Amino acid sequence: MSEPLLEVKNLRVRFPVHGGILQRKVGSVNAVDGVSFTIERGETLGLVGESGCGKTTVGRALINILKHVAPGVELDGEVVYVDKDGKRTDLLHLSKRDMIPFRSKIQMIFQDPYSSLNARLSVKQIIAEPLEIHNPEMSKKEVDDKVMWLLERVGLQPEYAGRYPHEFSGGQRQRIGIARALATNPDLIICDEPVSALDVSVQAQVINLMEDLQKEFGMSYLFIAHDLSVVYHISKRIAVMYLGNLVELGTANQVYFDPVHPYSRALLSSVPVPDPTRKNVKRVVLQGDIPTPLNKPSGCGFRTRCPVAQVECAANVPQLLAKDNGALVACPYA
Amino acid sequence: MSTPVNKNEGESYGAFVRRQFRKNSFGMVSVWIVGIVAVIAIFADLLANDKPVVCSLRGEVYFPVVREMGVTFGIAQWGTEFATADWKALNYDWAVYPLVPYAPSSTDKQLVTLKERAPSGSHWLGTDDIGRDVLSGLIHGSRYALSIGFVAMSIALTIGIILGAIAGFFGGLTDLLISRLIEVVITFPRFFLIITIVALVEEGTLWLIMGLIGLTGWTSIARFMRGEVLRVRNLDYVSAATALGYSTTRIIFRHVMPNAIAPVLIYAAFGIVSAILFESALSFLGFGVPPTVVTWGSVLHKARASTYSWWLAVFPGLMIFVTVSAFNLIGDALRDATDPRLRN
Repeated sequence: MSEPLLEVKNLRVRFPVHGGILQRKVGSVNAVDGVSFTIERGETLGLVGESGCGKTTVGRALINILKHVAPGVELDGEVVYVDKDGKRTDLLHLSKRDMIPFRSKIQMIFQDPYSSLNARLSVKQIIAEPLEIHNPEMSKKEVDDKVMWLLERVGLQPEYAGRYPHEFSGGQRQRIGIARALATNPDLIICDEPVSALDVSVQAQVINLMEDLQKEFGMSYLFIAHDLSVVYHISKRIAVMYLGNLVELGTANQVYFDPVHPYSRALLSSVPVPDPTRKNVKRVVLQGDIPTPLNKPSGCGFRTRCPVAQVECAANVPQLLAKDNGALVACPYA
Repeated sequence: MSTPVNKNEGESYGAFVRRQFRKNSFGMVSVWIVGIVAVIAIFADLLANDKPVVCSLRGEVYFPVVREMGVTFGIAQWGTEFATADWKALNYDWAVYPLVPYAPSSTDKQLVTLKERAPSGSHWLGTDDIGRDVLSGLIHGSRYALSIGFVAMSIALTIGIILGAIAGFFGGLTDLLISRLIEVVITFPRFFLIITIVALVEEGTLWLIMGLIGLTGWTSIARFMRGEVLRVRNLDYVSAATALGYSTTRIIFRHVMPNAIAPVLIYAAFGIVSAILFESALSFLGFGVPPTVVTWGSVLHKARASTYSWWLAVFPGLMIFVTVSAFNLIGDALRDATDPRLRN
């Protein structure tokens, strides 16, 4: 255990903002502002935070598609992939061609089950395509067999292979997306809010499926979500993000039941818990809105809304420091 | 997970659109109308011709219309005795003439007065001022109308789709340059540009008209395509394709294009309409095809000179109206068939 798979060091992502007649760069959005964490082999790391805090951008930086979907994006830091033999590769600055062998190792499941599948391809074509690209040595028969096998693994009947995405429900489509991600035997799957578009009953089915698949294949998940109870259920460790920075990183139990950072406390107290024993937890209501990442406050990004803010908070960006209960927390006063 | 009973199981998007289209009765009638016009255009030589379809001359059987088609395509030649023959004057043993026994350009000099040129038993839709049969002109004119519509539209579609897709997919400077090019071409007054060029070129041909309509008509398609590609490019499955390491060519042609192109192709139906109307308008003003070629617009043009020949205005006008409406209704029906909000 405890074998690192992906080490993210000081990751920064800045999106340029263009303006004026000549579309010159007039500023930049610091979507991710120096984030470091490690994902271990076979573990699930939960990443939570409110909308716009940069969690999806972190996920897309890890699979290294930002350069393709957002021209002009500025990327800094390192995303080190460690393979089974311990060989380390920084993915963030690889060229498109050099990245291809690593594409099969890191996959993604998307939030919207409707826009994540190409409506013109049958389920079989959708799942077979990654195999055709990454395993060109496989015969047509082998590809077919693997597609059927994958469909069974994600709980769909293999007879559905000839159908098109519009004939499936949201939950079934999400299963197709999972099968596509599994096709190349990845070590890591980035799950970008994979269940937040689904009904609660279907959410549970998909979460259980993902846990079963992890037991069977042993891959890691980076589970991005804003629903803390879902993240707590599936994750071993949880990272909390606010305005492009990690504010707290600890085990799922610690973050869920004993959050340290004032933002984590506020976030946790907002979770409706159907559990009478927790009713004594005081509700923390934050004042004001999340500042724009276009113009972040100096020092600690949370200081404008923080109940324990001090004058010094404006001076330095707080680093993640180990606390008594083992959590890494970016706040010296918590 | 229950298995819903669905007779359309495993149906591709194309099959689905066809099924939706068939539910639209206006669209289906229009397809039939366009089909009939196309059949008329294809078999125009057999429907209206001054030569017999089959004839027997001095004991030998000839197929002059078939031979004429061969000559047109350069795979056959007229025998020496027929090269300059007046087909009407030959002494046949027997002969079967087409339904309309006049070629569109053959003139009948005996028809002098307005009354003689009006629709009658021999000229069902009348003749123009130099005795050319209107029905024959309309039958052969359907060829020009359809070929101008399709050729001009193909040119416009090719340019528009390629430029629009490049601009939308690659963005940045490429997009900026192509978008400005589109704006520059849009600012040209199309009609006057074409009239000017046709006036400058001494020998105006049909190909010139088709080319000009196509080369000036791609801008709105390019804009439309660019918008569609921009929309599709940001969908998650394109991110998934990138994350799976697919090549740019594969992403463009397999994932982006098929999903972006359908609304653009629907637009093509309306583009055909505009090309047909454009040629008619040019010919009506006398700037279009050469005077020896009879198109729907050029028959209309004749109506300007002889005010009382109502048949010169009504019949070609009707043909243009029916064909153009049919293409418009097909475009509407296709749009409805691909619109997910109208599905049932």
